[in-house]
Amino acid sequence: MNLTAKDKDTVRTFWAKISTNAEDIGTDALSRLLVVYPQTKTYFSHWKDLSPGSAPVKKHGATVMAGVADAVAKIDDLRAGLLSLSELHAFTLRVDPANFKVLSHNILVVLATSFPNDFTPEVHVAMDKFLSAVALALSEKYR
Amino acid sequence: MVKWSDFERAAIQDIFSKINYDVVGCAALSRCLIVYPWTQRYFGSFGNLYNAAAITSNPKVAAHGKVIMAGLEKAVKNMDDIKTTYKDLSVLHSEKLQVDPDNFNLLADCLTIVVAGQMGAAFTPEVHGAFQKFLAVVVASLRKQYH
Repeated sequence: MNLTAKDKDTVRTFWAKISTNAEDIGTDALSRLLVVYPQTKTYFSHWKDLSPGSAPVKKHGATVMAGVADAVAKIDDLRAGLLSLSELHAFTLRVDPANFKVLSHNILVVLATSFPNDFTPEVHVAMDKFLSAVALALSEKYR
Repeated sequence: MVKWSDFERAAIQDIFSKINYDVVGCAALSRCLIVYPWTQRYFGSFGNLYNAAAITSNPKVAAHGKVIMAGLEKAVKNMDDIKTTYKDLSVLHSEKLQVDPDNFNLLADCLTIVVAGQMGAAFTPEVHGAFQKFLAVVVASLRKQYH
């Protein structure tokens, strides 16, 4: 399931609209991840506060969305572009890749709540494909 | 038996009292057919599903959206025994319609996104969690009679 030229255009255009809200999107998506999928809290046992919108959640939400922004910029070659991020996730963080799908879903939910008029079905499918491609690129170095 | 907290029970009843069934059913099914096009395999008799515009304006999609919402309403009214409530529906999907049950999760995700879009900020992480738990029980109940 490859990103078509149309998918990439849709993603870039939509991202341009929403990128100023990236940090809030990240905070909200991560907050939801920890509440709706409590098993994900196991990756953050070193944080003092796992509640929605807490300081570590905000900081990390911003980090995650910076990665997504990077992926948008490198959308023409995600495998190469996200290589070092893949190494980080594979060797250091060792996040089970199933969680990429779950976080992607939460990002889409936040996009729906925050941009109900812009997050049309066409944008939805392009973003879903894009986030799946990002997840795949992040899984590259796992084994 | 599924245990529902007071918050979860209230949240589910609240969501279903607020959402517009006609809009949500059609929008969720449309999104499913657009975002996961392989799901169109079950709707060969629906006519024009060639592109997003055709799908969202297709009257059979809208009508079927209502059927889905009516089914969900049964679960909302019988939250303490969705499994039994859905026994016949499960047999229908498995034996007559022959739907791959993995598709239920795809439609559930689209429902979550459409309801999120309708409710905006009111769809807090906690409400979101309750809704997904409800849909997970619905999906599990629909899977129950598959052999």
